[in-house]
Amino acid sequence: MTILSRPVYGVLTPQTGKNHLLIADADGASAITDFAKKAPPGFFASAEIMYVAGPDGAKNVDALKALSPARFYLGPSLAAALPRLRQLLGESHMGLRLYVAGTEGLIGQIVQIANEAGIEYTAVQTEHRGSLARRVQCVHCKGITENVTTQPCTCSHCGLLLLVRDHYSRRYAAYQGVCINAEDPTEIPPTEEIFR
Amino acid sequence: MGINFRQETFRDDYSFKNSPEQIRRFPFPFPEDKYMYSVNIEPHVPGLKDTVFEHLFDVDEHYISEMQDRALVLAEDPLRCQSLPHMELAGWDTLELLMTEKAKSYPDLFTLTRDGDKWHWINRPLGIDDHFTFGDSSTLPYGPLEYITRQSQGDFAVLDQRDNNLWMDAGIVTTQADWSLDFDIGMNFFEWHAPVPLAHQMGVFTRALKFLMALQQGQPSRRHNWTMTINSRLDTSPENFHKWGTDRATVTPENVGQKVHLRVEVQMFFRLPRSNALLFPIRCYLLKMDELVTSPKWARRFHRVLRDLPNELAEYKGLVRYRPTVVEWLSKYDDGAPTSAGLGPD
Repeated sequence: MTILSRPVYGVLTPQTGKNHLLIADADGASAITDFAKKAPPGFFASAEIMYVAGPDGAKNVDALKALSPARFYLGPSLAAALPRLRQLLGESHMGLRLYVAGTEGLIGQIVQIANEAGIEYTAVQTEHRGSLARRVQCVHCKGITENVTTQPCTCSHCGLLLLVRDHYSRRYAAYQGVCINAEDPTEIPPTEEIFR
Repeated sequence: MGINFRQETFRDDYSFKNSPEQIRRFPFPFPEDKYMYSVNIEPHVPGLKDTVFEHLFDVDEHYISEMQDRALVLAEDPLRCQSLPHMELAGWDTLELLMTEKAKSYPDLFTLTRDGDKWHWINRPLGIDDHFTFGDSSTLPYGPLEYITRQSQGDFAVLDQRDNNLWMDAGIVTTQADWSLDFDIGMNFFEWHAPVPLAHQMGVFTRALKFLMALQQGQPSRRHNWTMTINSRLDTSPENFHKWGTDRATVTPENVGQKVHLRVEVQMFFRLPRSNALLFPIRCYLLKMDELVTSPKWARRFHRVLRDLPNELAEYKGLVRYRPTVVEWLSKYDDGAPTSAGLGPD
């Protein structure tokens, strides 16, 4: 069943504009090389690619470099890339086009940061690739647990056992986690690996 | 006629209870012996004396104690009241609506004097006497929405209307039935209702949204919703679920009458004049099972509603663990006789 609060992801499509910023993680890099096949000649001369490797390291880096973007950035994590990204978005003019490809956690956080810089989520091109791991916000302590693949999951901050609800907040870029055994803390339901 | 305000609690020793007069005016939500979702929206017009619909904004015997409970919740968790930056004007609209209606409905309790934008507000039950400049937040101790809703029973959501949708962009939520303003703020109508089962497929939200977007100023509407609460806890928030969830496992045949409550939300919808936002007050009324069965008709009907409720709804409302115990207890008050039409207690 569709999750009504979850964003709908599409397929990256070239937009008209003077500047293009493409952001991908290891899973999303292939979306950019696919996208390049549809892009008009000279597109990458006015484009920057930000590659955020993530915990599993970088792959497809050479394929992205081969697109000869005006600027290529390789960063080890989204956290490390944030200052650069914030500056780019802060300086961006109306002509900047933003494209994000990769895991839902990456897309959600980029959309969140873009929104803080005044870019509406509807103006961001997104394409989901890779794992279905979820970012989960604990409704109790408000802490966010990254890369959740199981139902239920354990909050990495307060330790409560959380039911990952099919309810997504764009503002937090996270699904909602609610204590699964609040009625009887001695009940420990089996853990299943379902978000992969 | 003065209101005899009760000193009572909605936590710890749970000293909340309803007077016999308050029981008679309880907004019983079931017009027939079964329940299924419906949009069930009706005009919110001042109604019969000695009902909760006598005035647009009902003030009852629980007023002072409910406001004290709200202050406790906000002190623990300030995220229960939020307003996105573009919602300030809607906050002033809300303040104006609540102050003018309260002063009109209850002149012995509330007085509003206006001289241009210089306003003077007196709230006698809460001992408040403030002068401020309408439109200037620096002249109030809180933002306009928080200021007036700390003095008004019920939760309040303020919905911005744009792009053919409604957006949950401000609110104060301390007496909620299991939803988080902090998580849902900024969402549109379909997004914040995403976790509700069955209703989407039934087209309930599409019809409700269409109706609400067309709502005109001066023509408020209302509907009911209901759930059940163990102990007279107002703050049944998801934030604190890990603290109150165990209450649901404490229901026994001996304590149903005092511990189990029917919880009715009267949800209202007002178009606001300056901001064009929608104000969505969600007023909560609690009724103990011992109090409910003082009306034989309510006892029979609620027994049948609860017994026949579809499992998916029981699950969503969090009733699964104690429903059998409560149905068994209520069955003693149901002789199978037909119930009369209408909502009243007979």
